[in-house]
Amino acid sequence: MRLEDTPPNPWFSWDYVQRNHADITEALGQHVSLTLQAVAIALVLALPLAALAHTRPRLAAPVVGTAGVLYTIPSLALFALLAPYTGIGRTTVLIGLVAYALLVLIRNILVGLQGVDPAVTDAARGMGYGRARMLVQVELPQALPSIVAGVRVATVTTVALVTVGVVVGFGGLGQLMFRGFRSNYHAEIMTATILCLVLALIADLAIVTIARWMMPWSRSRMLSDVSA
Amino acid sequence: MDILSEAFAWLNDPLNWTGRNGVLALTAAHLQVTLLAVLLAAVVALPAGVWLGHARRGGTLGVVVANTTRALPTLALLTLFASAGLFGNTATVLACAIFAIPPLLTNTVTGLGDVDRDIVDAARGLGMSSRRRLVEIELPLAVPLVAAGVRTAVVQVLATVPLAALVGGTSLGTIVVTGFGTQRYGQVLAGGILVAALCLVAEGLLAIVQRLLTPRGLRESSRPARGWRRERSPGVPVAATAPSSSNGPAPTR
Repeated sequence: MRLEDTPPNPWFSWDYVQRNHADITEALGQHVSLTLQAVAIALVLALPLAALAHTRPRLAAPVVGTAGVLYTIPSLALFALLAPYTGIGRTTVLIGLVAYALLVLIRNILVGLQGVDPAVTDAARGMGYGRARMLVQVELPQALPSIVAGVRVATVTTVALVTVGVVVGFGGLGQLMFRGFRSNYHAEIMTATILCLVLALIADLAIVTIARWMMPWSRSRMLSDVSA
Repeated sequence: MDILSEAFAWLNDPLNWTGRNGVLALTAAHLQVTLLAVLLAAVVALPAGVWLGHARRGGTLGVVVANTTRALPTLALLTLFASAGLFGNTATVLACAIFAIPPLLTNTVTGLGDVDRDIVDAARGLGMSSRRRLVEIELPLAVPLVAAGVRTAVVQVLATVPLAALVGGTSLGTIVVTGFGTQRYGQVLAGGILVAALCLVAEGLLAIVQRLLTPRGLRESSRPARGWRRERSPGVPVAATAPSSSNGPAPTR
């Protein structure tokens, strides 16, 4: 491999980025839209499920258990199980990503809801809050820090997981990695990897910023508290 | 033909189970790669975790390591190693080992670090040396968390190894990837079922092992309380009858 006449195959190449920026932008766009969509859908599904598990403790074990089983199934296997039915393409990847984000979110929302100070809920009950109103106006806002922590973890893992979608042809930046591997193009793999990491970092920071704006009361704690 | 029955036809064909690329051989390769990767990660992570946890340091390090590897796609590491000249399962073992380090490291550090300070102090008061405290007090108390870390790491590696089929590794994932490549979706489904079953069985078995490894005294307390909410304490009566003790009402709690 290290012959004199082999063309250079650098790991980092700005040249590659410049010549292929259309390609990279497309992959990046796909990656971002898949991530956003998956986390949004997962959040929409997880909130009622967690609320249900919280208000009906009998249902907590089955809800968390099912999500746990889904989470244990490897991504490749999940795509393999889904692909014959949902086809090769975007839907399959999206369902897989949602399934994985779901467990993290449900668990964090539940922990947040259960961690609400009983004195606060007692006070709300004493003021005549019903179950639904208490959930929406008292418990959910109190649980926000934990929910945000869950969204952060779910987003970062989703960014990494999108790449596996390459098996059904919708892997975002994973598409570039795989193509780079096939054609032994080091710069392509490295660029996609770095972009993935940067994307995860930016998404994480964006969520923290939004959360700080949403929760002015816990600004000082945000950055140190929710990294767990 | 219906894909599900195609998958079962594939699973029922004895020719798919034996031979060089049969299910049995691939499962063996899968388990072997997993074992090697976890062992490699354990050799690195456990001593480091024990040292950091014993010294009660490294809490932030664990968080940083865990967050970085969470953001790093497995596929990226696999393709990077594979195209850097490591062929076949060497790349897989290395990449999986790297992903197995965070759960092992963080669980060991927190397992040792969370041992009740009072217990360690008592041991010191009894004249135990630092090494003896580690071996006789801290490690046994940390076993549940360390075992949980091993379990997480093993299941995670088992789930990651199939991906290596994309970069030329051999494992149960090979069935899925070849199936996708040849557009035989019955085979894809069969492979998916096999991989999922392997992971679920491993998770269940390891849960039992973890329970057996946990010292009996820790089992009861480590079990989560039944039900998701704490028992509501019987409501405090608004107008309590005065207790008969002579010094007025005894302070509650």
